[in-house]
Amino acid sequence: MTVLDFDVLTNSSGEWLKGVGPESDVVVSSRIRLARNLDRFPFPPQTTDAIRGEVEAMLRGPVAEVLPLGSMGYVRIDPLETLDRQFLVERQLISREHSEAKGPRGAGIGPHESMSLMVNEEDHLRMQVLRSGLALDECWQEINRVDDALQQQVNFAFNEEFGYLTSCPTNVGTGMRVSVMLHLPALVMTKEIQKVFQSMHKMSLAVRGLYGEGSQAMGDFYQISNQMTLGKSEQQIIKSMQQVIPDVLEYERRTRREMVKENRPKLHDKVSRALGILQSARTITSEETMHLLSSLRLGINLGLIDGIEIPTINELFIHTQPAHLQKLSGSPMESSDRNAARASHIRSRLVPAEPTPNEE
Amino acid sequence: MINRVAGRGRGEIPRLLAKVTQGDDMKKCMQCTKPATLHITEIQLGQAQVVHLCETCAQKYLSSVEVGGTPSMDIDDDDESGIEVDADGAALEAVEAEEESTTAACTGCGITFKQFRSIGRLGCPQCYTSFHDDLLSLLESIHQDTQHVGKCPPQTSANTVRHHELMRLRSELKSFVERENYEEAARIRDQIQTIESQTAVSEDAHG
Repeated sequence: MTVLDFDVLTNSSGEWLKGVGPESDVVVSSRIRLARNLDRFPFPPQTTDAIRGEVEAMLRGPVAEVLPLGSMGYVRIDPLETLDRQFLVERQLISREHSEAKGPRGAGIGPHESMSLMVNEEDHLRMQVLRSGLALDECWQEINRVDDALQQQVNFAFNEEFGYLTSCPTNVGTGMRVSVMLHLPALVMTKEIQKVFQSMHKMSLAVRGLYGEGSQAMGDFYQISNQMTLGKSEQQIIKSMQQVIPDVLEYERRTRREMVKENRPKLHDKVSRALGILQSARTITSEETMHLLSSLRLGINLGLIDGIEIPTINELFIHTQPAHLQKLSGSPMESSDRNAARASHIRSRLVPAEPTPNEE
Repeated sequence: MINRVAGRGRGEIPRLLAKVTQGDDMKKCMQCTKPATLHITEIQLGQAQVVHLCETCAQKYLSSVEVGGTPSMDIDDDDESGIEVDADGAALEAVEAEEESTTAACTGCGITFKQFRSIGRLGCPQCYTSFHDDLLSLLESIHQDTQHVGKCPPQTSANTVRHHELMRLRSELKSFVERENYEEAARIRDQIQTIESQTAVSEDAHG
């Protein structure tokens, strides 16, 4: 069984973060998640630790075996410290639910952090594959392969009418959740983002703001995912998403172009100020960081900022989160110390960046 | 969240957060097992439903609106919890009127359908058989279609796989026709006919 080397993890970042996959000016990442349960065992949420222990013991071997070469391996989550679990949540290697669940549980972590196989989350098995940019077919190929490999070794609960059986009826059938994470700063600035919500809802797709606290979505990041998992095949669900997303991308891109055409100086100034604050601030909250990093990301995509690439911005979103900061500094920190550490880390990563010269 | 997530004809009718009250009156949170200290009354289509949540779940629930989000980068689908409560809401309407036997217990794990509705999670795979009829209307309100047409485990019989394929193709045919994409519809219909004739041949051979 693997012991996670947090030092190594802390200082690296997943391939899906570093990568700049297709459509990455707007699409940050694609994700496919499958839910599976062992036949004849109670579902994790409402059962005993003894049962969870049995399930964990049954699944840890097969999970470790199906992980691709170069994987980090299978890791037990229950003995980890809170900070370490929080770190894994921030890194998107396990879900918050998994971090806070009770009883024996673990996660198999694939190479480059793009695959995570969680044992005893809300279902016995929650598998996920992440890719940078718009890459749903690749996600599906990989996760399908892993699902097939596992089904050679264990029997999943399944019935011919309702498909793969899950703890929550919202997941039954394919057990599949397909999502893309989009960066939509232009649509937010022009307040057209509401139209995106409306058209997604008409197609039964859920839109969720990320990085928000309270009722405000911060950082202009939105996750679009399917709501229905039963009654359509996996390919149909993926295809519906692939048919809908390009329109959203084009809408965002067109809005960005219009904004640049109408008022490049204003945009240039907004982005430069964001860079200026991030490069100089001595203390900064995560809320402000999200706002400014979002402007920066837009600025890079529009060619208004030199000396820094999107992967660095992606990394900063993760490395400025609370558990990451504490791991990077090597010690637990209270909020005000974290704000200072955050500012310091950001300054060090943004040294080479500068606004592009004005065009006159 | 209730209407927007469910879609399905309820469209964009906004929910009204009628009131949020606090109090420890021994109710359990509908999404976890902690005590519920917040009681949110949702008014939808003229009907009021009360959602009982603990503080943590209430924060998640209240911030899971269209423009909202969760406090940090989560890979999990917190929106599912929202759907659950919605599904419960929908179940309340669909099932209440029929006075289903909410006291029957699952043959596998012993929970009752009523317990499932208050927790939002089923107990074991057997629940899907034990509560088949009650679950059917709930599943319909969540997914519209209730027949699985996706991937099957390797040990599934060839007949079942073919059967699923046919059902999937028929539903695709229907949606192409609805959207007046007759070219695609014809292509799908040909696929269906091929499979059906193969089935007939093998049935003859065994008949």
